Formats: sequence, structure tokens, C-alpha cells
Amino acid sequence: MKLRNVLGVAIAAALLSSTAMTYAADVPADAKLAAEQVFKYRVLDNIRALDPQLVEDVDTAYVTNQLFEGLYNAGPDGEPVPGVAESYTANDDFTVFTFKLRDAKWSNGDPVTAQDFVFGWQRAVDPALASTYAYFVGLVNIANADDIVAGKKPLTDLGVKAIDDKTLEVTLRASTPWFPRTLAHGTLFPVNQKVVTEKGADWTKPENIVGNGAYVLAENSPGERVVLKRNPNYWNNDKTVIEEVQFLTINDENQGLTRWRAGEVDQTDVPAGQYPALEAEMPDQVYSVPQFCTYYLSVNMTDSAPDALKDKGVRQALNLAIDRDIIVNAVLQGGQQPAYSFTNPNTAGFTMPTIAAAGMTQEERDAKAKELFAAAGYGPDKPLTLDYIYNTSEAHKAIIVAVSQMWKEKLGVNINMSDMEFAVLSDRRHTQDYELARNAWCGDYNEASTFVSLYDSKSEQNDSGWSNPEVDKLLADAKLAADPGPMYEQIEQIAAEEVPIMPIYFYAKVFLQKPTVKGWPYDNVEQTWYAKDMYITAE
Amino acid sequence: MIAFILKRLAVAIPTLLVLIILSFILMKVAPGSPFSGEKAIPETVMKNILARYGLDKPQWQQLLEYIYNIIFRFDFGPSFVYRDRTVNDIIAQGFPVTVKYGFFAFIFATVIGVAMGIFAAIRHNSWGDYLAVGFTVGAQVVPNFVLAPILVLVFTLWLRWLAGGGWNDGQWNYVVLPVIALATSYVANIARIMRSSMLEVLHSNFIRTARAKGMPGWQVIVKHALKPAMLPVVSYLGPVFVGMITGSVVIDLFFSTGGIGQWFVNSALGRDYSTILGITILLGALTIAANLVVDILYAWIDPKIRY
Repeated sequence: MKLRNVLGVAIAAALLSSTAMTYAADVPADAKLAAEQVFKYRVLDNIRALDPQLVEDVDTAYVTNQLFEGLYNAGPDGEPVPGVAESYTANDDFTVFTFKLRDAKWSNGDPVTAQDFVFGWQRAVDPALASTYAYFVGLVNIANADDIVAGKKPLTDLGVKAIDDKTLEVTLRASTPWFPRTLAHGTLFPVNQKVVTEKGADWTKPENIVGNGAYVLAENSPGERVVLKRNPNYWNNDKTVIEEVQFLTINDENQGLTRWRAGEVDQTDVPAGQYPALEAEMPDQVYSVPQFCTYYLSVNMTDSAPDALKDKGVRQALNLAIDRDIIVNAVLQGGQQPAYSFTNPNTAGFTMPTIAAAGMTQEERDAKAKELFAAAGYGPDKPLTLDYIYNTSEAHKAIIVAVSQMWKEKLGVNINMSDMEFAVLSDRRHTQDYELARNAWCGDYNEASTFVSLYDSKSEQNDSGWSNPEVDKLLADAKLAADPGPMYEQIEQIAAEEVPIMPIYFYAKVFLQKPTVKGWPYDNVEQTWYAKDMYITAE
Repeated sequence: MIAFILKRLAVAIPTLLVLIILSFILMKVAPGSPFSGEKAIPETVMKNILARYGLDKPQWQQLLEYIYNIIFRFDFGPSFVYRDRTVNDIIAQGFPVTVKYGFFAFIFATVIGVAMGIFAAIRHNSWGDYLAVGFTVGAQVVPNFVLAPILVLVFTLWLRWLAGGGWNDGQWNYVVLPVIALATSYVANIARIMRSSMLEVLHSNFIRTARAKGMPGWQVIVKHALKPAMLPVVSYLGPVFVGMITGSVVIDLFFSTGGIGQWFVNSALGRDYSTILGITILLGALTIAANLVVDILYAWIDPKIRY
């Protein structure tokens, strides 16, 4: 027991040592600050309810990350740094974590207590709230979460307890040394019980909302803008520099670029395909940083798949014939990395598996692909036709056009492409109503299980419908292992052999940012940013 | 006249009901649901969600309850996607935005369009006429999704006079570009209709009579020609008015005004059932009302028409 935990202890020790310092805007003495400390960030039209337990998408999470604070935040490199918690201790097998809370206040002046966390976490799994992220609480192993969501156990059975106002005890159903890495996720934020209970669904409206983050909500006009103002009751308010954060909706990315050039926003995404030109034009304002997502094609692995896809050789041939370098360098051109396995290489503590195909040249891959394809009985005399579905987007289209061209030239495969609305695509993927489908996954927390758990035959996110007993066993074992690394590697190897998905590339976040914006966490692959850690310099 | 209005209103109610029922069916038949997303929702959670919104009840019961709530409580229900908002909240936020710039665009298009049409008709076959016709043809072939980025390029990026998007509580420099982008093609249409109808009227006998008795030119136009020449324009203005104040989807999306058109598109794409229905009913009711107003105006302008 003790020995198995060596690595876990090391991780926890590393986390604990980093908890000594808190993190805030780090303004050098010689920096000349701008008189107006306003950060204007472009978002798509997708800011939903600003309720941390209901947040589903990244943009809304960016807003709630400013309005609320969890036990730990994501530091500039993605490692946890203390938020409301000052420190924690864990038992030997990392199943019980005890957090010591600091003297923090809600924006209405109430103290933030351990009970607020208990309330927030219970709320996340409350069947009455029906949060789409309720499963996250079980995913990070908090005891009894899944049973509560299913209505089999009462809320009070959730593995979280307020020992006193400043001490929170969390009980996990399995050894989870990486648990502190999950705490920056909105689902595990505290909420103010009094306000939530009194105001009901209206509690997130600007006139009612009470948060414990560095900012408070000043205006919420979904589809247009969300405006946040500094929270004077925030525990580290003295260190906050930025006074106001504006989330401006700009639906069209080219319009975003124009308005960025006009100085109306400080940060916006680079429109697809324009990275090389913009990079050449203004290298100091264009960024391409790794992002915690993987782009891939899902393969239907269930009985409803066409016979060809049931043949492992065909799947391998198709996978090998995709020239990732062309996709990345000629189609995307934004600093993305070719992918031959699923788990994002930037995952903390994860060693990339040595996938055979990754080490081959494309000529070797193509030769192997042709060989496998012929062995499976397909070729010029017996051409293969497959259907591919994707959600309507020029970028997705460009990728599949390139891929289908490669398949056509190398293997003689014909692809029928059909595009559809995202809601339709995702439903068809979840029900395996497809042959090949566009897919992508972004990690929810910085540990490899956020990716590999999708291979679990019981996972709702397993769009391939792939069921492999060996993988299921490895995933179960990994949950209890002190060092799950080798198991994750083995899972990736099995997946590379079986090809339930065809990984294409690892994302890059490609954006434009005014040079006056400082303190952005470029090294945090999850791009979790906090305006409280940033500042604006004078031109 | 009163009987006519009452009769029209009596027809409007069943029309709206049919609209609700048809939209409801179409919406439910469309694949996908408000909860379709990148992440599949576990069955147990999905059960909770469906129960929360009453989507676990039979379809006919959902429809009946929905209609009941609208008629007796004026409640369009909660949004399924914006979980801290009701559809009433969404309409209360988005509709005033669109009404504001739609109203300005309507005035702008009508005044400029009518003036330009009259001018072109009076100066028939002159340079002024050619210029006006040239403008109308040009403005008609440039769709607003092309015009809008050009306007932003010129007025936002180069001149830095006006905001390139957003709403900012309807501050004037945020309103001008949406108004021009929305109104331009309507200006062209109105000018063309006005011009041809004015030309026709100017060639009619009663105008010749007015001229023959020595009435000054401008008086002939204002007193005698304008009213009959306006008839086709008025019948065109009805749908234009509805189209404008209910929001041009393109303008709302491009300028991210937060207007009703933006909500309409997003709720349709996101399968936000209650919001789609709420906005559809609103737009339907407005269309019916505007057509009624046009009919009444018709009777006022043209004494030959009696209901």
C-alpha cells in the first residue's frame, strides 16, 4: 500500500510545495500601467447562465472563473495554486482530502465557509437541478456522486463534509492523487446558499448574484456583452489591477479581427487559415499556444457499422493513409501538432506512448496502408465507399476534403460527406448512427483519465461504441494505481492497434492579443485565465 | 370599418393557434434536442433534465400546457438553454434592441426612398433620374451581409467614427451602422416602387387636368399625385415594417446587437424549444397586426376601397 503510493506522494508533495505562494497580478516595478484598466475579451454568442454548477462551455466558464473561486485555481502553468483553500492534507492512499480554508468573503460581505462548498457540490449532483455536468463530480471520484445523480441516495451522502467553518473534508471512492487538479472546475465552486435558496433560478441575475471571485457582475446582456467590475470584498483585492472585464460577443471571426484592429477588443481568435499572414504582419501580437484538445475521426465500432469498418485491417489502413503533416502544415497552418494517439501530450504527468505509426515516414505508412487494405480484400476491383458526417464549418470541411483526397488517391476509397447542425451531429455520434464522424475532445481537468476514460465501454462519451474488456480492466485498475502511467500507455497502444478513433491533430489556441495585455497564462494548456492575475500597460 | 377590424382579429386568433401547433410539430420533428452537445449526458442526468422541463410528458400534453400558459398567464416558459432566463426575459431584452434600430431604419428607408423615387420621377430621363436608378440597382444587388463588413471597414477601421458592433445600451454610435446596413436595400426598393408608381400617376388624366388649370408643379405633386402614388409603397411598407422591427437576422448576427434576430437563429440552432416558439408567436402576431394596419391605411388613402 505504502510503496504503491510513492508517485502519488511525489505529486501531492509537488502540489503542496506550490501552495506556499498565492497567485495574483505580478506587476514589475518599472511597468507603466494604463490609466484605464479594462480588459476586453471576445466571445462567441454562447454565454449561458452564470451559475457555476450549470456551466457547460468554455466561454461561460471564463466568466464564472472571475465571479467565483474554488478551493484551488489553475496557476500560470496550469498547476494548482491556492484559491479559497490555504492548504490541504491527504491520507496515505489519497481517498480523504482535508482542506483548510482562508478568511474569504462573498461579494455581499458574508464569510465563505466550508458549508458553502458542501452546498455547491451537493447542488451539482442534485437531481432537481439537473446539471449536465453532474457526472463530473463522479468522474473525479467524489464518493456516492453517481448514486445521488441516479436518485438512489440522498444528497447528504455525498463525500464532502464541513468539519467546521474553515475545514472541508472530501471523501473519494478511489485513490485520486490528482484530485487537487480538478478543483479549478466550476462544478466544484462554492455558491452562497442564502442567495441561491432565496432567489431561485433568478439568483444569477446582476441584481441578485453573489460571488466570491475577484469580480462581480455589473451587466449581463447575453448575445451582446457581459461586464464585470472589481469585487472590493475579494480576499486578495489589494493585488487586483484590472478594474473591469468585458466579454464582447462577436459571432464572426473576421469581424472579430476587424474590431481587434480597430481597438474595440483586446483579444480575439485568429480566423481560420490567416495565422501565417498575421504572424508575418505582427509577430508580437499573434500567439499560437498548445491547447488541451484533440481532433479526431470517430469510427463506428458497433454492429451497425458497415462490414468494412469491422475489419481491423481496413481501419488501420485508413488511419495510416492520413498524412497529418499536410493537415497541420498546409490546411490548418496555426501551429497544431500531428496526433497519432488520443491523450493530449501536454497532460500533466503523462508520458506520450511510443506509437509505431508516429515513428514511420509517410511513405512507409502509405505502403503499409496499401498492404493492409489489399489484404482486407479491397482495392481497385473492390472499391470501398464510406459515409462521413461533420458539423457545418469551413474548417471541418477543409480537413475532411484533404483526408478523403488522401484516401481516394492512396486506397481508392470514396467518401460521401454530409454536413449538419452541431445538435444533429452530436446526437448521431452519441447513438452510433454513423460510419465515420468528426469529433474532438478537450480535457476537463489536467490528468490523462480525462481523455482515456472515453475508451471505457460504459462511458457516455464513447462515441465509437468501442468495447474492449482489456481496456475496461486497465481503466478500472488505473483508478486504484499509484502510478497509472503504464496503464494509460497500454490503453493508447491497444487503441492504436484497434483504431476506434483516428487522431488527427492536437489543438493550438491561435489568437491575437494587444501587446499591452500582461499576465496571460500562455503556458496553461487549459487556458484557464483570471483577470485578477493580469494587468494592462500603457501603450 | 369596426366590423372589418373585429372580423380580422377573429381570424387572427385561429391563425396564431395554427402557427403555434405547426411550429411545435416542426420543432419536435427536427433532429437534435436542447440538450444535444459535445458531451453525451448520462441517462440518469437526462431523466432529471427532462423531468425538470416537463419534456417527459406526452407531446400533446406539453402542447396544451404551453398554449394554456400563453393564453392565461402570458408565460412563454423557461428557456431550455439559458437556464437563468425565461422566454419573456429574452424577448424583453432582445426585442427593444431590434425595435429601436428597426424603427430608425424604417423611417430612414421610407423618407429617403420616397424622396428619391419622387425626385427620379419628376426628373424623368435626366441625369438625376439615372443616378437614382443607378443607386437603387446598386443597392439592391449588394446584399446586407456584404454591405455590413464594408461599412465596418470604412467607418470603424479606417475613419474610427462608429463602433463596429455591439449595442452599448443603444448609444448612437452603435446604432448608425446597423440602421444603414439594414435600410439600404429597402431604400432602393421603396425608391423604385415610388418612382414607377409616380410616373404612372403623373401620366394620368387628373394630373393633366390639374396642370392644365395652371396649378404650380409642386402643388400638383403634393396635393394630387402623392397620395395615389403612395398606394403601392404603403402595401410594401407593411411587411417591411414587420421585417425591420422583428429583426434582420443577418444584421443582428453580424453586429452582435443582442437583438431578437440573433436569438431567433441561436434558439433554432440550439433547439431551445420554448424560445423558438415564443419568438415565432411574437413575429407571427406582429405580422398579422402590421397587415391589418396596412389594410386600414389603404382605406384611408384610397377612397375607392371600402370594407
